[in-house]
Amino acid sequence: MRLIEAIRSAFSAIAANALRSLLTMLGIVIGVAAVIAMVAIGSGARNLVDQQIRSLGANLAIVTPGNVTQGGARLGAGAASSLTDDDAHAIRREVDGVVAAAPFVQGGAQVVAGGSNWATRIYGIDRDWFSAREWDVATGRTFDPEEVRRGDIVILLGQTVARNLFGEDDPIDQIVRVRNVPFRVIGVMASKGQSAFGQDQDDVVFVPLDAGRRRVIGRNYAKDGSVGSIFVKFADESDIEPGIASMTELLRQRHRITGEQEDDFSIRNLTEIANTASASANTLSMLLAAVAAVSLLVGGIGIMNIMLVSVTERTREIGLRLAVGARPRDILSQFLIEATTLSTIGGALGIGLGAGAAYLVAQLAGWPSLVSTNAIIVAVGFSALVGIFFGFYPAQRAARLDPIEALRRE
Amino acid sequence: MALIETRDLRRVYDLDAGRVVALDSVSLDIDKGDFVAVMGPSGSGKSTFMNLVGCLDKPTTGHYRLADTAVERLDADGLARLRNREIGFVFQQFNLLPRVDALGNVELPMVYAGFDRRTRRERALHALGRVGLAERAHHRPMQLSGGQQQRVAIARALVNGPSLLLADEPTGALDSRTANEIMALFQELNREGVTIVLVTHDAEVGRHAHRLIRFRDGRVTEDHRQVPVDARALAREAAE
Ligand SMILES: Nc1ncnc2c1ncn2[C@@H]1O[C@H](COP(=O)(O)OP(=O)(O)O)[C@@H](O)[C@H]1O
Ligand SMILES: [Mg+2]
Repeated sequence: MRLIEAIRSAFSAIAANALRSLLTMLGIVIGVAAVIAMVAIGSGARNLVDQQIRSLGANLAIVTPGNVTQGGARLGAGAASSLTDDDAHAIRREVDGVVAAAPFVQGGAQVVAGGSNWATRIYGIDRDWFSAREWDVATGRTFDPEEVRRGDIVILLGQTVARNLFGEDDPIDQIVRVRNVPFRVIGVMASKGQSAFGQDQDDVVFVPLDAGRRRVIGRNYAKDGSVGSIFVKFADESDIEPGIASMTELLRQRHRITGEQEDDFSIRNLTEIANTASASANTLSMLLAAVAAVSLLVGGIGIMNIMLVSVTERTREIGLRLAVGARPRDILSQFLIEATTLSTIGGALGIGLGAGAAYLVAQLAGWPSLVSTNAIIVAVGFSALVGIFFGFYPAQRAARLDPIEALRRE
Repeated sequence: MALIETRDLRRVYDLDAGRVVALDSVSLDIDKGDFVAVMGPSGSGKSTFMNLVGCLDKPTTGHYRLADTAVERLDADGLARLRNREIGFVFQQFNLLPRVDALGNVELPMVYAGFDRRTRRERALHALGRVGLAERAHHRPMQLSGGQQQRVAIARALVNGPSLLLADEPTGALDSRTANEIMALFQELNREGVTIVLVTHDAEVGRHAHRLIRFRDGRVTEDHRQVPVDARALAREAAE
């Protein structure tokens, strides 16, 4: 019998017992849904890590003032900061594997150009920022070493700010005012798009560290060269852990912290934050894999069961088919195709359910999730295999029926 | 030339309760174009004989040739092929597929013969026309009367152009008037050249055949030719 016709008649046999078929498929539906959700969430988490690395920069740690483990509220960034330019310079000089140590200060600012103004975030940075964050200008140029040293009143605009203040016009060499200080625009940053957590990273402006400290962001920073935080970029992921240890050592020394005293700073491995998300995604994936395996097994057994019932119910039909010239293998393939069709329909339903579940998890956990075509192909293949595997025994029983016995059966 | 040749055909069932000789040394020749009624009391071996002749079963011992093919030498696929091409079955309980319409039921043997859909449609429609049911092609078995269902089954039996039509109690589930109509159809098909072997326990039905074979305890006890009654004439008489 031709395959398409066999499938068509399998469909009609399945439709003849719609509810029973649906219940039988349930195991496969859940199993495949779990597979789809698992792959989607797994690749979503991987994407999150990638995106994080893309937007922040790879192999990055951040040193912040205050100690998160201290009781009470952590000092807000920019209150009395314990970190200084010199700490950053020392880290750059003395810690192995550090390729950039970028001290910065940040605050909110109203940026005015001609008639337009725009509220955005302002960062005071030095030249290490660009390599630490793997972020360069799209047009114009970055600060030169002299501008940073002197704290010149020059400014780099993020794409969003440039667009909102200047529209299609070229902002280079235009003047923008921040707190009434006239900054000359020397460049527009390349676009970074959204962060992994949905912020517009292009809604930002950059000025030299000293210009930011003295003229814009504030009193607290003005004295003794203190900074808000320091981004530290390492050459390699394996440098991060030992690097954090030696930075801790170095900063304790520099801040004269001894013995049992708590650190007055904290260091976080930013790659780790992404990795944590990825690890919990992995846990979830493992769980889903277990659900998938069990459900597919249960679903397979359900299909085997229902096919055995079907063979028994249709014994006379089988006898009749044999009498009019079906070969045993025709009967075998008929029931095998029926089981496979059943499990594949279940698989298709499972894909829908799994995609829905993945979407829901993505919404709840704030992770991007991806239902890939590969996962769909694998899921369909898997459910078909389950049908073939668990359908084989019932189909073989059907094929081995004795035609006379079968015809006589009520 | 004989279409069916059986030599010392014997079929024994070995049961826990003992052995049953269902058929014992049956040697018969049935000619092409003949119309044979097989009669005998229940348990006399009629169905066993039909199953062997229909290649659904294999004899314990003895030989059987159908259309010059030594049946006992065939494997399962060979038997399936022979059933498909050379034999049409008609059963007491019709055995139609309930989910499929008349046309689909008649197409079934052609599915296994490997005909394409269009050819199947055409031939099935033609076969339904032969049994007078062309208008009911798209009715399901449930929507047909017993007599009509049996006609569909006969169309199915004929559709691959078999050399032999085997009917085991084909009128057993029908009232006598409908039975007579079915017998008229058999006679007509026989006149057109179809060889028919029909099992019945009903003497009235048996009178329609040209040859009558009687079984008892698995043996042939009687075998003679007769002048058949004409089913159509019978129907006309009844109408008057
Ligand atoms: N599958 C079977 N197993 C055991 N005995 C059987 C089987 N089929 C038929 N018989 C026995 O063989 C004998 C002939 O049966 P059967 O050919 O069906 O008779 P009939 O059709 O003339 O009524 C009976 O005694 C019956 O019990
Ligand atoms: Mg019988």
